[in-house]
Amino acid sequence: MKSVDARCLLCPLPVIRTQDAVASLQAGDSLEVLCTDPGAIHDIPAWCRVHGHEVCDINEQEDTITITIRVGSP
Amino acid sequence: MTEKRKAVALISGGLDSLLAARVMMDQGVHVEGINFYTGFCVEGHTHAIRKKDRDRPKRNNALWVAEQLGIKLHILDIIEEYKDIVINPKHGYGSNLNPCLDCKIFMVNKAREWIDDHGFDCIVTGEVIGQRPKSQRRDTLPVVARESGADDRLVRPLCAKNLPPTRPEKEGWLDRDKLHDFSGRSRKPQMALAAHYGFEDYAQPAGGCCFLTDKQYSVKLADLWATRGKREYELDDIMLLKVGRHIRPGPNYKLIVGREEGENRFMEGYRKRFVHMLPTSHSGPLVLLDGEPDNNDIELAARLTARFSQGRDAERVIVEVTGKNGESRALAVKPYPAEQVPASWYL
Repeated sequence: MKSVDARCLLCPLPVIRTQDAVASLQAGDSLEVLCTDPGAIHDIPAWCRVHGHEVCDINEQEDTITITIRVGSP
Repeated sequence: MTEKRKAVALISGGLDSLLAARVMMDQGVHVEGINFYTGFCVEGHTHAIRKKDRDRPKRNNALWVAEQLGIKLHILDIIEEYKDIVINPKHGYGSNLNPCLDCKIFMVNKAREWIDDHGFDCIVTGEVIGQRPKSQRRDTLPVVARESGADDRLVRPLCAKNLPPTRPEKEGWLDRDKLHDFSGRSRKPQMALAAHYGFEDYAQPAGGCCFLTDKQYSVKLADLWATRGKREYELDDIMLLKVGRHIRPGPNYKLIVGREEGENRFMEGYRKRFVHMLPTSHSGPLVLLDGEPDNNDIELAARLTARFSQGRDAERVIVEVTGKNGESRALAVKPYPAEQVPASWYL
Protein backbone atom coordinates (compact mmCIF):
# COMPACT_ATOMS: atom_id res chain seq x y z
CA MET A 1 0.00 0.00 0.00
CA LYS A 2 1.29 3.44 -0.93
CA SER A 3 1.97 5.74 2.00
CA VAL A 4 2.19 9.54 2.31
CA ASP A 5 4.05 11.18 5.16
CA ALA A 6 2.32 14.48 5.92
CA ARG A 7 3.48 14.69 9.52
CA CYS A 8 4.35 18.19 10.79
CA LEU A 9 2.39 19.74 7.93
CA LEU A 10 -0.62 21.89 8.68
CA CYS A 11 -3.84 21.77 6.70
CA PRO A 12 -4.45 22.08 3.86
CA LEU A 13 -1.01 20.65 3.01
CA PRO A 14 -1.90 17.09 4.16
CA VAL A 15 -4.95 17.28 1.88
CA ILE A 16 -2.81 18.47 -1.02
CA ARG A 17 -0.28 15.66 -0.45
CA THR A 18 -3.17 13.17 -0.37
CA GLN A 19 -4.63 14.63 -3.57
CA ASP A 20 -1.26 14.41 -5.33
CA ALA A 21 -0.75 10.78 -4.25
CA VAL A 22 -4.26 9.71 -5.27
CA ALA A 23 -3.69 11.18 -8.75
CA SER A 24 -1.17 8.42 -9.48
CA LEU A 25 -3.37 5.57 -8.18
CA GLN A 26 -6.08 3.45 -9.76
CA ALA A 27 -9.65 2.89 -8.56
CA GLY A 28 -9.61 0.29 -5.79
CA ASP A 29 -6.03 1.08 -4.69
CA SER A 30 -5.41 1.96 -1.06
CA LEU A 31 -3.43 4.84 0.38
CA GLU A 32 -2.20 5.44 3.91
CA VAL A 33 -1.70 9.05 5.03
CA LEU A 34 0.29 9.87 8.16
CA CYS A 35 -0.34 13.28 9.68
CA THR A 36 -0.15 15.24 12.92
CA ASP A 37 -2.52 18.17 12.32
CA PRO A 38 -5.86 17.26 13.93
CA GLY A 39 -7.55 19.31 11.21
CA ALA A 40 -6.71 16.50 8.79
CA ILE A 41 -9.27 14.29 10.55
CA HIS A 42 -11.96 16.60 9.15
CA ASP A 43 -10.36 17.82 5.96
CA ILE A 44 -9.11 14.59 4.37
CA PRO A 45 -12.48 12.80 4.76
CA ALA A 46 -14.23 15.92 3.40
CA TRP A 47 -11.91 15.91 0.39
CA CYS A 48 -12.56 12.17 -0.07
CA ARG A 49 -16.33 12.70 0.03
CA VAL A 50 -16.31 15.32 -2.74
CA HIS A 51 -14.10 13.13 -4.92
CA GLY A 52 -15.83 9.82 -4.28
CA HIS A 53 -13.05 8.09 -2.35
CA GLU A 54 -13.67 5.98 0.73
CA VAL A 55 -12.09 6.53 4.13
CA CYS A 56 -11.56 3.01 5.47
CA ASP A 57 -9.95 3.83 8.78
CA ILE A 58 -8.76 6.69 10.98
CA ASN A 59 -6.32 5.62 13.66
CA GLU A 60 -4.83 7.98 16.25
CA GLN A 61 -1.78 6.82 18.16
CA GLU A 62 0.06 9.33 20.34
CA ASP A 63 0.56 12.34 18.06
CA THR A 64 0.26 10.53 14.74
CA ILE A 65 -3.00 10.15 12.86
CA THR A 66 -3.16 7.46 10.17
CA ILE A 67 -5.93 7.76 7.61
CA THR A 68 -6.47 4.88 5.19
CA ILE A 69 -8.23 5.62 1.92
CA ARG A 70 -9.57 3.44 -0.88
CA VAL A 71 -9.53 5.25 -4.20
CA GLY A 72 -12.89 5.55 -5.94
CA SER A 73 -13.71 5.66 -9.63
CA PRO A 74 -12.84 8.89 -11.44
CA MET B 1 -27.09 15.07 -27.45
CA THR B 2 -24.78 18.04 -26.88
CA GLU B 3 -21.90 17.69 -24.46
CA LYS B 4 -22.36 19.37 -21.13
CA ARG B 5 -20.39 22.60 -20.83
CA LYS B 6 -17.79 22.73 -18.10
CA ALA B 7 -16.63 25.56 -15.84
CA VAL B 8 -14.07 25.76 -13.09
CA ALA B 9 -14.94 28.06 -10.20
CA LEU B 10 -12.42 29.75 -7.93
CA ILE B 11 -13.66 28.66 -4.51
CA SER B 12 -12.36 30.68 -1.57
CA GLY B 13 -14.76 29.23 0.97
CA GLY B 14 -16.71 32.46 1.23
CA LEU B 15 -20.25 33.24 0.16
CA ASP B 16 -19.64 34.94 -3.19
CA SER B 17 -17.80 32.08 -4.85
CA LEU B 18 -20.36 29.62 -3.45
CA LEU B 19 -23.16 31.59 -5.07
CA ALA B 20 -21.33 32.18 -8.34
CA ALA B 21 -20.76 28.45 -8.77
CA ARG B 22 -24.36 27.70 -7.84
CA VAL B 23 -25.72 30.18 -10.40
CA MET B 24 -23.73 28.41 -13.13
CA MET B 25 -24.98 25.01 -12.00
CA ASP B 26 -28.53 26.34 -12.26
CA GLN B 27 -27.96 26.68 -16.00
CA GLY B 28 -26.89 23.08 -16.36
CA VAL B 29 -23.15 23.78 -16.46
CA HIS B 30 -20.83 21.14 -14.98
CA VAL B 31 -18.80 22.97 -12.31
CA GLU B 32 -15.66 21.92 -10.47
CA GLY B 33 -13.82 24.07 -7.93
CA ILE B 34 -10.25 25.24 -7.54
CA ASN B 35 -8.83 26.52 -4.29
CA PHE B 36 -5.33 27.99 -4.05
CA TYR B 37 -3.00 27.58 -1.11
CA THR B 38 -0.54 30.49 -0.90
CA GLY B 39 0.82 29.98 2.62
CA PHE B 40 -0.84 33.21 3.75
CA CYS B 41 -4.30 31.71 4.15
CA VAL B 42 -5.79 32.46 7.54
CA GLU B 43 -7.85 29.32 7.52
CA GLY B 44 -6.28 26.07 8.58
CA HIS B 45 -3.00 26.99 10.14
CA THR B 46 -4.09 29.31 12.89
CA HIS B 47 -6.93 27.00 13.80
CA ALA B 48 -4.47 24.15 14.07
CA ILE B 49 -1.92 26.09 16.07
CA ARG B 50 -3.77 27.94 18.79
CA LYS B 51 -5.24 25.84 21.53
CA LYS B 52 -8.37 27.93 21.94
CA ASP B 53 -9.03 27.47 18.22
CA ARG B 54 -8.23 23.74 18.31
CA ASP B 55 -11.11 23.25 20.71
CA ARG B 56 -13.57 24.78 18.22
CA PRO B 57 -15.28 22.68 15.60
CA LYS B 58 -13.09 23.16 12.57
CA ARG B 59 -13.79 22.87 8.90
CA ASN B 60 -12.06 23.85 5.70
CA ASN B 61 -14.58 26.27 4.23
CA ALA B 62 -13.60 25.63 0.62
CA LEU B 63 -14.23 21.91 1.12
CA TRP B 64 -17.46 22.72 2.94
CA VAL B 65 -18.59 24.80 -0.04
CA ALA B 66 -17.71 21.96 -2.42
CA GLU B 67 -19.77 19.57 -0.33
CA GLN B 68 -22.72 21.95 -0.29
CA LEU B 69 -22.57 22.22 -4.07
CA GLY B 70 -21.77 18.56 -4.65
CA ILE B 71 -18.76 19.41 -6.78
CA LYS B 72 -15.13 18.29 -6.88
CA LEU B 73 -12.57 20.64 -5.36
CA HIS B 74 -8.96 20.74 -6.49
CA ILE B 75 -6.61 22.38 -3.99
CA LEU B 76 -3.49 23.73 -5.66
CA ASP B 77 -0.23 24.41 -3.85
CA ILE B 78 1.07 27.71 -5.27
CA ILE B 79 3.43 28.59 -2.41
CA GLU B 80 6.58 28.89 -4.53
CA GLU B 81 5.08 30.66 -7.55
CA TYR B 82 3.17 33.04 -5.32
CA LYS B 83 6.35 34.51 -3.83
CA ASP B 84 6.92 36.69 -6.87
CA ILE B 85 3.40 38.08 -6.53
CA VAL B 86 4.02 39.09 -2.93
CA ILE B 87 7.52 40.41 -3.50
CA ASN B 88 7.09 42.17 -6.85
CA PRO B 89 3.43 43.09 -7.40
CA LYS B 90 3.15 44.89 -10.71
CA HIS B 91 0.02 46.71 -9.56
CA GLY B 92 1.31 47.46 -6.07
CA TYR B 93 -0.08 46.76 -2.64
CA GLY B 94 -3.36 47.58 -0.95
CA SER B 95 -3.41 49.23 2.46
CA ASN B 96 -0.99 46.60 3.82
CA LEU B 97 1.26 44.12 1.98
CA ASN B 98 -1.74 42.69 0.16
CA PRO B 99 -1.15 42.51 -3.60
CA CYS B 100 -4.85 41.88 -4.25
CA LEU B 101 -5.01 42.78 -7.93
CA ASP B 102 -1.87 40.86 -8.86
CA CYS B 103 -3.12 37.97 -6.73
CA LYS B 104 -6.43 37.81 -8.57
CA ILE B 105 -4.73 38.02 -11.98
CA PHE B 106 -2.32 35.26 -10.96
CA MET B 107 -5.08 32.96 -9.70
CA VAL B 108 -7.28 33.48 -12.74
CA ASN B 109 -4.26 32.81 -14.93
CA LYS B 110 -3.60 29.55 -13.06
CA ALA B 111 -7.26 28.66 -13.58
CA ARG B 112 -6.91 29.46 -17.29
CA GLU B 113 -3.97 27.06 -17.53
CA TRP B 114 -6.07 24.48 -15.67
CA ILE B 115 -9.07 24.73 -18.01
CA ASP B 116 -6.77 24.52 -21.03
CA ASP B 117 -5.21 21.34 -19.60
CA HIS B 118 -8.53 19.77 -18.60
CA GLY B 119 -10.77 20.73 -21.50
CA PHE B 120 -13.06 23.05 -19.58
CA ASP B 121 -14.86 25.96 -21.23
CA CYS B 122 -14.68 28.86 -18.80
CA ILE B 123 -13.63 30.22 -15.42
CA VAL B 124 -16.06 31.46 -12.79
CA THR B 125 -15.36 33.87 -9.95
CA GLY B 126 -17.54 35.44 -7.29
CA GLU B 127 -16.27 38.93 -8.03
CA VAL B 128 -18.71 41.84 -7.68
CA ILE B 129 -18.09 45.33 -9.06
CA GLY B 130 -17.26 47.74 -6.27
CA GLN B 131 -16.97 45.06 -3.61
CA ARG B 132 -13.25 45.50 -2.93
CA PRO B 133 -11.27 48.73 -3.14
CA LYS B 134 -8.31 47.25 -5.01
CA SER B 135 -9.25 44.23 -7.05
CA GLN B 136 -12.99 44.47 -7.63
CA ARG B 137 -13.53 47.86 -9.22
CA ARG B 138 -15.11 48.66 -12.57
CA ASP B 139 -11.70 49.62 -13.94
CA THR B 140 -9.80 46.61 -12.52
CA LEU B 141 -12.18 43.77 -13.44
CA PRO B 142 -11.21 44.07 -17.14
CA VAL B 143 -7.54 44.14 -16.11
CA VAL B 144 -7.96 40.75 -14.41
CA ALA B 145 -9.62 39.28 -17.50
CA ARG B 146 -7.02 40.70 -19.87
CA GLU B 147 -3.79 40.14 -17.95
CA SER B 148 -4.75 36.62 -16.86
CA GLY B 149 -5.30 35.68 -20.48
CA ALA B 150 -8.79 34.45 -19.63
CA ASP B 151 -10.40 37.33 -21.55
CA ASP B 152 -14.03 36.54 -22.40
CA ARG B 153 -13.79 33.07 -20.85
CA LEU B 154 -13.96 34.66 -17.40
CA VAL B 155 -17.55 34.73 -16.11
CA ARG B 156 -18.65 36.70 -13.05
CA PRO B 157 -22.22 35.47 -12.57
CA LEU B 158 -22.99 37.83 -9.66
CA CYS B 159 -22.33 41.02 -11.62
CA ALA B 160 -22.38 39.78 -15.24
CA LYS B 161 -25.15 42.11 -16.29
CA ASN B 162 -22.92 45.06 -15.45
CA LEU B 163 -20.18 43.76 -17.73
CA PRO B 164 -19.83 43.02 -21.45
CA PRO B 165 -21.13 39.59 -22.53
CA THR B 166 -18.67 36.74 -22.08
CA ARG B 167 -17.99 33.98 -24.58
CA PRO B 168 -20.47 31.52 -23.00
CA GLU B 169 -23.18 34.19 -23.28
CA LYS B 170 -22.22 35.03 -26.86
CA GLU B 171 -22.20 31.35 -27.79
CA GLY B 172 -25.65 31.02 -26.30
CA TRP B 173 -25.09 28.33 -23.70
CA LEU B 174 -25.27 30.72 -20.78
CA ASP B 175 -28.43 32.80 -20.41
CA ARG B 176 -27.46 36.36 -19.51
CA ASP B 177 -30.97 37.07 -18.23
CA LYS B 178 -30.45 34.51 -15.47
CA LEU B 179 -27.20 36.09 -14.28
CA HIS B 180 -27.06 38.95 -11.78
CA ASP B 181 -26.30 42.66 -11.58
CA PHE B 182 -24.89 43.01 -8.07
CA SER B 183 -22.59 45.94 -7.34
CA GLY B 184 -21.12 47.77 -4.38
CA ARG B 185 -20.22 46.73 -0.88
CA SER B 186 -23.67 45.81 0.34
CA ARG B 187 -24.02 42.14 1.17
CA LYS B 188 -27.80 42.12 1.08
CA PRO B 189 -28.18 40.78 -2.49
CA GLN B 190 -25.80 37.92 -1.73
CA MET B 191 -27.60 37.10 1.49
CA ALA B 192 -30.95 37.11 -0.29
CA LEU B 193 -29.58 34.81 -2.98
CA ALA B 194 -28.10 32.53 -0.31
CA ALA B 195 -31.53 32.35 1.33
CA HIS B 196 -33.08 31.59 -2.07
CA TYR B 197 -30.79 28.61 -2.47
CA GLY B 198 -31.18 27.54 1.16
CA PHE B 199 -27.57 28.16 2.18
CA GLU B 200 -27.42 29.05 5.85
CA ASP B 201 -24.22 28.03 7.54
CA TYR B 202 -21.82 29.76 5.16
CA ALA B 203 -18.56 31.39 6.25
CA GLN B 204 -18.67 35.06 7.13
CA PRO B 205 -18.47 36.80 3.78
CA ALA B 206 -15.96 39.16 2.28
CA GLY B 207 -12.39 39.38 3.37
CA GLY B 208 -10.33 38.19 6.28
CA CYS B 209 -9.01 35.11 4.51
CA CYS B 210 -5.45 36.31 3.83
CA PHE B 211 -2.87 37.35 6.41
CA LEU B 212 -1.42 39.91 4.00
CA THR B 213 -4.48 42.10 4.55
CA ASP B 214 -3.66 42.19 8.27
CA LYS B 215 -1.75 45.26 9.41
CA GLN B 216 0.24 43.58 12.19
CA TYR B 217 1.17 40.67 10.00
CA SER B 218 2.36 43.04 7.27
CA VAL B 219 4.48 44.95 9.79
CA LYS B 220 6.19 41.69 10.76
CA LEU B 221 6.78 40.69 7.15
CA ALA B 222 8.20 44.14 6.32
CA ASP B 223 10.48 43.84 9.36
CA LEU B 224 11.66 40.42 8.20
CA TRP B 225 12.62 41.81 4.80
CA ALA B 226 14.24 44.95 6.25
CA THR B 227 16.41 43.13 8.77
CA ARG B 228 17.51 40.43 6.35
CA GLY B 229 18.30 43.04 3.72
CA LYS B 230 16.39 41.18 1.03
CA ARG B 231 12.79 40.68 0.07
CA GLU B 232 12.59 36.91 0.27
CA TYR B 233 10.80 34.36 2.40
CA GLU B 234 10.34 30.66 2.89
CA LEU B 235 7.16 28.95 4.02
CA ASP B 236 8.55 28.52 7.54
CA ASP B 237 9.21 32.26 7.77
CA ILE B 238 5.65 33.21 6.98
CA MET B 239 4.31 30.46 9.24
CA LEU B 240 6.29 31.79 12.19
CA LEU B 241 4.98 35.30 11.57
CA LYS B 242 1.54 33.91 12.40
CA VAL B 243 2.48 32.77 15.90
CA GLY B 244 3.73 34.34 19.11
CA ARG B 245 4.74 37.81 20.19
CA HIS B 246 7.54 39.17 18.03
CA ILE B 247 9.92 41.40 19.96
CA ARG B 248 12.91 43.03 18.30
CA PRO B 249 15.41 44.60 20.72
CA GLY B 250 18.03 44.97 17.99
CA PRO B 251 18.49 44.71 14.23
CA ASN B 252 20.48 41.47 14.51
CA TYR B 253 17.83 39.36 16.28
CA LYS B 254 14.27 39.12 17.48
CA LEU B 255 12.40 36.97 19.98
CA ILE B 256 9.35 34.90 19.09
CA VAL B 257 7.54 34.30 22.36
CA GLY B 258 4.86 31.59 22.49
CA ARG B 259 1.62 33.01 23.86
CA GLU B 260 -0.07 29.80 24.86
CA GLU B 261 0.23 26.04 24.92
CA GLY B 262 -0.77 25.49 21.30
CA GLU B 263 1.77 28.00 20.00
CA ASN B 264 4.51 26.58 22.24
CA ARG B 265 3.77 23.12 20.85
CA PHE B 266 3.88 24.39 17.29
CA MET B 267 7.14 26.25 17.90
CA GLU B 268 8.69 23.10 19.38
CA GLY B 269 9.01 21.84 15.83
CA TYR B 270 11.35 24.74 15.04
CA ARG B 271 13.57 24.53 18.13
CA LYS B 272 16.53 22.87 16.49
CA ARG B 273 16.87 25.62 13.91
CA PHE B 274 17.02 28.49 16.39
CA VAL B 275 18.76 29.46 19.59
CA HIS B 276 15.89 28.95 21.99
CA MET B 277 15.00 29.57 25.61
CA LEU B 278 12.73 28.04 28.19
CA PRO B 279 12.31 29.05 31.85
CA THR B 280 13.00 26.07 34.12
CA SER B 281 12.50 27.53 37.60
CA HIS B 282 9.02 28.77 36.70
CA SER B 283 6.55 27.83 34.02
CA GLY B 284 6.82 30.00 30.96
CA PRO B 285 6.89 30.23 27.20
CA LEU B 286 9.17 28.70 24.63
CA VAL B 287 11.13 31.52 23.01
CA LEU B 288 12.90 31.29 19.64
CA LEU B 289 15.68 33.75 18.80
CA ASP B 290 15.63 34.56 15.10
CA GLY B 291 18.88 36.10 13.87
CA GLU B 292 22.42 36.24 15.21
CA PRO B 293 22.34 37.38 18.86
CA ASP B 294 25.65 37.96 20.70
CA ASN B 295 26.24 37.14 24.38
CA ASN B 296 24.79 40.45 25.60
CA ASP B 297 21.74 39.87 23.45
CA ILE B 298 21.34 36.37 24.91
CA GLU B 299 21.36 37.85 28.43
CA LEU B 300 18.73 40.44 27.49
CA ALA B 301 16.62 37.83 25.70
CA ALA B 302 16.76 35.59 28.78
CA ARG B 303 15.53 38.49 30.91
CA LEU B 304 12.67 39.08 28.47
CA THR B 305 11.87 35.37 28.51
CA ALA B 306 11.72 35.54 32.32
CA ARG B 307 9.41 38.56 32.06
CA PHE B 308 6.85 36.40 30.22
CA SER B 309 7.17 33.52 32.72
CA GLN B 310 5.28 32.94 35.95
CA GLY B 311 8.41 34.23 37.68
CA ARG B 312 8.03 37.72 36.26
CA ASP B 313 7.94 39.18 39.80
CA ALA B 314 10.68 36.93 41.20
CA GLU B 315 14.22 38.10 42.00
CA ARG B 316 15.73 35.44 39.76
CA VAL B 317 14.45 33.10 37.10
CA ILE B 318 16.47 30.22 35.67
CA VAL B 319 16.29 30.19 31.89
CA GLU B 320 17.69 27.30 29.88
CA VAL B 321 19.39 28.53 26.72
CA THR B 322 20.02 26.04 23.92
CA GLY B 323 22.17 26.83 20.93
CA LYS B 324 21.72 25.61 17.38
CA ASN B 325 24.35 22.95 18.17
CA GLY B 326 22.02 21.51 20.80
CA GLU B 327 24.19 22.48 23.78
CA SER B 328 22.29 23.94 26.72
CA ARG B 329 23.26 26.13 29.64
CA ALA B 330 21.31 27.66 32.48
CA LEU B 331 21.21 31.42 33.04
CA ALA B 332 19.94 32.94 36.28
CA VAL B 333 18.48 36.32 35.34
CA LYS B 334 16.40 39.11 36.77
CA PRO B 335 13.16 39.38 34.82
CA TYR B 336 12.99 42.47 32.60
CA PRO B 337 10.45 44.88 34.10
CA ALA B 338 7.36 44.86 31.88
CA GLU B 339 7.00 48.64 31.97
CA GLN B 340 10.56 49.09 30.75
CA VAL B 341 10.11 47.07 27.56
CA PRO B 342 9.96 49.80 24.88
CA ALA B 343 6.75 49.69 22.85
CA SER B 344 8.89 50.01 19.72
CA TRP B 345 10.35 46.55 20.35
CA TYR B 346 6.96 44.92 19.77
CA LEU B 347 6.32 44.18 16.11
